[in-house]
Order: sequence, then C-alpha cells, then structure tokens
Amino acid sequence: MFDRIRRSLAHRRRTDDGASDGPDERGEDGQSDGLRADGGTVTESDSVPLATRLRRSQFLESLPFWGPPGLLVLLFVYGAIGWNFVISLTGWEGLGQPDYTELSAEAYTTLLTDASFIAAFRNTIVLLLVFTVLSLIVGLVLAILVDRKIRFENTFRTIYLLPMSLSFVVTAIFWSWMYNPRIGLINESIRGVVGVLDGVVFWTTVEAGFLTQAWLDDPRFKLAAIIFALMWQFSGYCMVVYLAGLRAIPTSQYEAARIDGASAVRLYRRVIIPQLRASTMSAAVVLMVFALKAFDFLFVLFGVNPGSSADILAVMMYRVAFDRLQWAYGSAVAMVLFAMALSVIGPYLYLQYRRGEL
Amino acid sequence: MSDDSSVLAGLDRSRIALYAVLLGMVAFYLAPLESGLMTAFKTTDGFRATTPFAPPPAGEFTFDAWQVAFERLSTGLTNSAMMAIPATILSAFFGSIAAYGLTNLSWRGQIGVLALFVAGVFIPYQAVLVPLTQFWSFVDLGARIPFAFVDDYQGLINLSITHTAYGIPICTVLFRAYYATIDEEMIEAARLDGASAMTIYRRIILPLSVPIFAVTLIYQFTQVWNDLLFAIVLVSDPSNRVVTVALNQLQGSFVQQYNLQMAGAFIAALPTLIVYVLFGEQFAKGVAGNT
Repeated sequence: MFDRIRRSLAHRRRTDDGASDGPDERGEDGQSDGLRADGGTVTESDSVPLATRLRRSQFLESLPFWGPPGLLVLLFVYGAIGWNFVISLTGWEGLGQPDYTELSAEAYTTLLTDASFIAAFRNTIVLLLVFTVLSLIVGLVLAILVDRKIRFENTFRTIYLLPMSLSFVVTAIFWSWMYNPRIGLINESIRGVVGVLDGVVFWTTVEAGFLTQAWLDDPRFKLAAIIFALMWQFSGYCMVVYLAGLRAIPTSQYEAARIDGASAVRLYRRVIIPQLRASTMSAAVVLMVFALKAFDFLFVLFGVNPGSSADILAVMMYRVAFDRLQWAYGSAVAMVLFAMALSVIGPYLYLQYRRGEL
Repeated sequence: MSDDSSVLAGLDRSRIALYAVLLGMVAFYLAPLESGLMTAFKTTDGFRATTPFAPPPAGEFTFDAWQVAFERLSTGLTNSAMMAIPATILSAFFGSIAAYGLTNLSWRGQIGVLALFVAGVFIPYQAVLVPLTQFWSFVDLGARIPFAFVDDYQGLINLSITHTAYGIPICTVLFRAYYATIDEEMIEAARLDGASAMTIYRRIILPLSVPIFAVTLIYQFTQVWNDLLFAIVLVSDPSNRVVTVALNQLQGSFVQQYNLQMAGAFIAALPTLIVYVLFGEQFAKGVAGNT
C-alpha cells in the first residue's frame, strides 16, 4: 500500500520538477510524458508546434473548469487583499472615498506605538498558542480513548464533534450563560463541588467565593474563559483528525509492542504519537485559522470593545474600520492579521507540496 | 446487548474507567446545550431560582421564550435560507469543476494554481473586509438591475455571492481529495475513445461525485449559515438581516433574559443541528478533509 503511494508521489514530484528545474537531470525519465514543454533533451517538444503541446497538456481543455472559479478566487481573495494593502497606505478615514494618489506607510508606523495594537497582538498570539495546544491535547486524549474499541463509538464521536457544527453566535450565547457569575453553571458547579468537599473533608476552609469569579468581566480571567470555551467547541475536531491518523497506523504495530511487553503509555509515547505528526500539523493549522477568525465569538460577548485584556486583532480591525471609520488603519491591522495567517500557512503548504500531498 | 449482567461481567475495571471518562466528556460537551435547553423552557423566576441544568420546576415551565424568540428570528431564518442555500450549491458546483480541472486533467503549473486555491481556505476575512464593502458599493446591483427583487434583497444577494466566492477554496480542497482517488485508467480509457473533457466530467466524474457533493454541501451549508462577520459588514438593510445577526441583536436587547436568549440560540442553530444529526458522518468527513 505504501509502495503505491510512494510511487504516485514520486510521479507527481517528477512532473513538477520538470516544470521548474533545468534540463540537466532530464536524461533518465525524459520520455515520461508530454508535460515537458520547456525544451531540454526531450527532442520532441522542440519540434512539436505549440498548439499540439497545449492540446497534449490538457491546459486549454481544463481551462473552462478551473477558470471561472479561479477567476472568482483571484478577484475576491487575492485581488481584495492587494486592494486592502493599497487602502492601508492611503490614510483614508471617515465617510468619503480613499485618495489613491498619496500613499504612505504611516498606518504601519503608527501601529508600532499603538498600545491597543500591542495588547491585541499579544492576546492574539496567546489565544493562538494556548487554544491550539489545549485543543490538540484534549483531542488526542479523546481520540486515543475512542480508539480503544469502545461500544457506541459513533454516538460518542457525534457528541464530541457537535459543538463545532454550531455558530460562534450560538456558542457565545451559551457560554455567556455558563459564565454568568451569579447563577451560571460554571460557578454553580464550583459552589457545588466546594460544598461537597466542605462536607467530606472537614478541614477545607476554601471559600467558594474565592473560586467563583466573574469570568467574562474580570480582566484576569477573560482571555482564559474565551480560550476554554473555544477549546470546548473545537477539541472534537482535533479528535476526528487524530482518530483518522490513529486508524491509519497498522494494527501490527500495536501487536508487536504488546508482544514486546511495552506498556500502553510507552506504546503511545514511543510508537504511536510520533506517527501522528501529520495529523497534529494539519489540525494545528486549521485551529490557528479558527483562532484568527474567533471574531464572531468575541463580538457577540463583548461587542467592539472586549477591553485590552481580551482584545484580539480580528476584533480590533473591525472596531477601527467599521466603528471608528479609520479605514486605512483598519486595513493595516488586517494586513498584520493576514501576515500572521500567512506565516502559519506558507510553511504548511510548502511542506505539503514537498511531500507531494498538496 | 441481550444480557446485561454478562456484559458487565466482561468489563474489567479499566474498561469501566474508560467509559466513565468518555461519559464525563459527553457531559462536558453537552452541558452548555443541556443547560441552554432547560433554561429556554423556564420562566424568568424559574431560571433565577434553579440550577441551569435542572429541568423546569412545576409551575415555571413555559413556551413563552420560544414564541418571542421565534417572532424575533423568523425573518432572519428565511433570509438565511435564501442566502445560504444558493451560495452552498454554487460553491460546491464551482469547487467540483475546479477540482476536476486541477486534478483529473493534467497540465504544467497546475500545482501552483492549486496552491492559490488551497491558501484561500486559510485567509482571515478581515483582510478583505474593507475592499469588499467598497466593491459592493461600486457594483450596486439594485441600481443596475431593474428588478424589484434585486433591489429588495440587494444585501442578501451580495452576501450570497460573497459566500459563494469565499467558499470555493474549501470546496475545491474537499473535491480534490476525492477526485484524486478516482481510477485514472477509467478516465484514460474514455479519453482514448474520444470523449472530451466535458463528456468525461458529465458521464464519469459527476455520477461518481454524489457522496462528496453530500459532504461538501453539508459542511459548506453550516459554514455559511453560521457566519456573522460578512453579514454584519455587508448587510445594512434590517429587512435583509440574516439569523445570526438577528440573534446577536436579540442577545443585545434582552441581556438578562437568558431563557429568551437560549431559545433564540436553539432556533437559530436548528437547521445546522438537524443537518448535523441527520448527516453527522458527512459533516465529520468534511471536517476531516478540511486540512
């Protein structure tokens, strides 16, 4: 099975190299297909007219298929990002139209000294890292548990993934109720647990009031409360990804470890988890993107002003552009957000490409 | 299943612990939903006096919250459906043809084009918001197309087209993963018989695509339905409000009315919940393919 995959990967890589590399290494497999239209030792492609080469490469034939959607993506995604960058240079504010004749990077230099930007940037990084790591850990543990030949596996999986099908607007409303300081479930449960402890262990003097907090109002806990709720929503997703990864590992490895007398913990740490690197990476990338998009969740809970302890770039961008009408400045914040996303996705896509998995 | 005692006897202690943890996690994932559901059936006094997850006490059970919330959200529900269904179908269609052109037909440089599609999945939408509002104010469909329908639903049409465009990358990725597994020899044989790319798509690829269309439609529908950001930015006309925006306003105007908020949240989530319960398997596949 792996042989076949490797062969198909090798094949794909070969066709790619042909497009970019020089003609020198062409000798051995030069005859492979008609894709090599860039000269080299493939004598055929030099003499074959362009029309024939195009026909053979199926470029023209495929154009009506990927062309229209490609055009939409080009316009709406890449065109818009380019336009956004230009707007960020205009200094455009208020109700008028942007003036494209005078461009300067002033918005970006202002960012560097803007305390609210620095706070939002820091919070975004914290959210990104803590949320991603936490969700991955919970998802991995769940996947390992679900993978132990349990009954009703489908039911468990369906329930764990359920929160992800909900809108951020819906989950934010649920969690604002969960976190209600007076009668929310979180504080009620803490009071309950403390009450039971007080009854059982007579020496506990922990006051429930010390542990029950105004989770969403207190600057110390806001971000943690948000991260916890987001983890609730997306750890099921990590479980699904990890479960697929676990299922791809041949059972013979588990049996070999069992014969060797390795403990379950050792088996997972030494053998299984290292093989889940690809799952971890793809899940992490998607989680980070969701974290960058967590705007909806914060917006429902706090509107445009989450306060400096929970402000993230996605919310700041909306506040600056659509609430204060500082369009250029908002666009600059958006470019920073885009750069952050790119720094995560770029290496990921490149790695995927190297592995022939794009 | 028939004999409980023998099943229990077969479970050793670690199995019991395993199920205890799994059930604990079920409680963790369902607690917000369960408390929400219970709260939605309580009167204001009821939810103030009881624990959130407890069922409504006698005399404090009511459908009032559901009724008020539904009245508030009904226009939003219709608007969301009108906007999300065409956007979902169009994105899936575009994703399918793009994936076919980039997977089953081979030409130089297609990996580069594909990379642009894939990267589109991960774009933070903030990076396109300002140009998008500019773009739609220039296009101004209502003034250009002389139909009352277009004028009345301009915001929704803009939103639907926007969602279609930004949905194409993920749909392409989902379809591509599936199309890469289609037997190439079959396509090659058809080609040798003189079938054009279009014929191959219609006769071979499309009939094979039913399962992946299901996955993509289900996944994409929930994504479009659940969106708030594009909706608050692109739709200003209150009569064009989609359900997520209406729900957010409901939450803002009844801050302490948790029963009303919870009922609203469930009503707004209902279509996605139904889709998820009926087609959970497809949703999970969409999620797993979203990498």
